[in-house]
Amino acid sequence: MTEDPGAELTSTEARDLRRLAAFMVPASTEHGMPGADDAAIFADIVGSLGRDRDAVRNALARLREIAGGDFAALDEAKAEAASMTLLGRGGPLMTALGRAVLQCYYRDDRVLRALGLEPQAPFPKGRALEPGDWSLLDAVRGRARMWRDVDDERR
Amino acid sequence: MAADVRPDTARPTDEIVDVLIIGAGASGAAVAWSLADTRMRILCLEQGDWIKSGEFPSNGRDWEARRYAEFDISPNRRARDTDYPINDANSPMKIANFNGVGGGTVIYTAHYPRMHPSDFRVRTLDGVADDWPIDYWTLEPYFADNDRVTGVAGLAGDPAYPPHQPTMPPVPLGMTGTRYARAMNQLGWHWWPSDVAVATTEYDGRAKCINLNHCTPGCAQGAKASVDITYWPSALRAGVELRTRCRVREITTNEHGMASGVVYFDGKGVERFQPAEVVILAANGVGTPRLLLNSASARFPNGLANSSGLVGRNLMLHPWPQVFGYADAEVDGDRGPQTVMWSKEFYETDRARDFVRGYTLQFSRGTGPANEAITSMIFGRLPWGKEHHRVFRTLHYRRLLIGVACEDLPEEHNRVTLDPILKDGHGIPAPKIDYTISENSRRMMEHGIARASEILTAAGATNISCSRTMLNSPGHLLGTARMGLSPERSVVNAWGRCHDVKNLFIVDGSIWVTSGGVNPTSTIQALALYIADSIKQRLATLFD
Ligand SMILES: Cc1cc2nc3c(=O)[nH]c(=O)nc-3n(C[C@H](O)[C@H](O)[C@H](O)COP(=O)(O)OP(=O)(O)OC[C@H]3O[C@@H](n4cnc5c(N)ncnc54)[C@H](O)[C@@H]3O)c2cc1C
Repeated sequence: MTEDPGAELTSTEARDLRRLAAFMVPASTEHGMPGADDAAIFADIVGSLGRDRDAVRNALARLREIAGGDFAALDEAKAEAASMTLLGRGGPLMTALGRAVLQCYYRDDRVLRALGLEPQAPFPKGRALEPGDWSLLDAVRGRARMWRDVDDERR
Repeated sequence: MAADVRPDTARPTDEIVDVLIIGAGASGAAVAWSLADTRMRILCLEQGDWIKSGEFPSNGRDWEARRYAEFDISPNRRARDTDYPINDANSPMKIANFNGVGGGTVIYTAHYPRMHPSDFRVRTLDGVADDWPIDYWTLEPYFADNDRVTGVAGLAGDPAYPPHQPTMPPVPLGMTGTRYARAMNQLGWHWWPSDVAVATTEYDGRAKCINLNHCTPGCAQGAKASVDITYWPSALRAGVELRTRCRVREITTNEHGMASGVVYFDGKGVERFQPAEVVILAANGVGTPRLLLNSASARFPNGLANSSGLVGRNLMLHPWPQVFGYADAEVDGDRGPQTVMWSKEFYETDRARDFVRGYTLQFSRGTGPANEAITSMIFGRLPWGKEHHRVFRTLHYRRLLIGVACEDLPEEHNRVTLDPILKDGHGIPAPKIDYTISENSRRMMEHGIARASEILTAAGATNISCSRTMLNSPGHLLGTARMGLSPERSVVNAWGRCHDVKNLFIVDGSIWVTSGGVNPTSTIQALALYIADSIKQRLATLFD
């Protein structure tokens, strides 16, 4: 298959990233959450790589190295181990990879609803904020002056 | 080295103006607004665009992601064509800014404290750095004017702060602030609702805050006082002209050693000459020294206005550790303006400590789910794999965060120079930053981190951790063309005029002598208004 060099990811990279994403943020029936490899979430991730695209491609190249050349060929346990080895390395590449996955995962409607959030932009509806307990300030109000006035004579 | 450039070169030459301001940010807007009533012909050249409220991230579902893209705080990552790159590899603190109408205020957090009276007298009081040639009380009327134009939410009566009258009620304490306040009272430490440049009521035609939380990457509601919606509309109505997408390459001088105008690239990339009687630099603590150094000529071989050799030196960036903790129940999360309150308990010098000067503690609310996940991933709080969901639920909407705003003292080796290789999109040499955190600052940081950890513990938080430098980019760019009485030891005089070039003024953060332990914008703008007034009072003798 010929690859389009301008595409966000090659088909190999996309296949590996999807498998890796499932290890990063797995689906959870307990919490009612999809995994980061869910079709809609994954499409969002690939379409939103933006400034992190090159770093993500680099990270995937490292993953293939760890996997001995072909991440897709590994069985489930070995693939998970290779993924965790990569992710455990930290540094700017892993930051970029993590950001690319998380920024899309945590805007998915199902994920937000499972967290008790309304899936919508903050504007224009805004949010409610309770005033808080202002009586707590009474303990500070009566204090002696704390700021140093060095130019008292001028006033 | 650039040759002196005169109006008679081949470049298209614009009509001469009385006053040319470079930069439409916090200080450029304030000086333009104040000078407008002179009826002089005033022009501002700004390299960036107007940002419409509909462009801000909080309009869309991708609001959290866009703070890491075209609204990132780093010009290097943001990389709009209106940005210029900055080589900050040799600095543990990175440079944050925004280039557009409003400058840094477009994406600032709007925490709005003033410098304190003691901040202007650090040599006299504490034997370090230098005193300023002006004092707090000279600036006080300008602080008040600035508060009025800006619209500041806060509460009078703070025993740790000079008397002042905020123009609107404070932002709500919320659940997060209430937790902090209880903890502070338990410890017996000072706290007070912060002055914040956010409209808590309708103010001067601006809508009130609806708790979007996204103060930093721009306020879609227009409740945050960025100068594109405060000073600029009034200045434009009063006749000031503002040209966007105009990037100044250098300030030119004439045979008398006076500034004659600027060479700039217009929006179509055409190099033009703009003559002016007076030039005012408002390009910030990195952009201004860059421009002065790029304006070297046969007469000014070390850069313009640089006979002292101090242009670019004494860069102060405000080390700003951030101390995180997580509450045992939900708090405000991303509901409400980010900053809630401050503490000045450790602001003034205490000889019993192992450092001089002090810091403000800045108490923040939390953040949205994506940003919580990303920052927690970076700090290793949030694991990948099976534990991810369980741990995320202990973080989401539970964040407590205290910033330690440390006073940074001036040191000549902390500096802005021109990068020998890096250039912006117009081929203009880019700035290079060399900066180290001083021993005094390190000790202050550790003191603040320890106090913030005690507060978080008292507030019932666990999982306490600290980012000493990784998230340490407050975007405070100060000190690189300092103010002073002596031409050998400073770049501008006590009212912002360059010692070496008598029709060249600087009004931005670069003129700061010391940095205080506060966010700078309120003081930057008060200084700009004071310098504008000084110009107005001396119009007949301005160049003497
Ligand atoms: C993420 C972030 C959060 C912040 N939070 C706070 C806060 O809570 N409180 C606070 O007090 N401060 C805060 N700040 C700092 C605040 O933004 C700055 O202190 C303030 O904007 C500086 O004002 P200034 O006039 O010195 O420069 P700026 O506001 O930076 O304006 C400089 C302008 O000059 C323009 N310019 C530069 N070079 C050229 C050129 N060659 N040609 C044409 N135009 C040019 C730039 O494009 C820019 O618009 C924050 C900053 C950032 C980045």
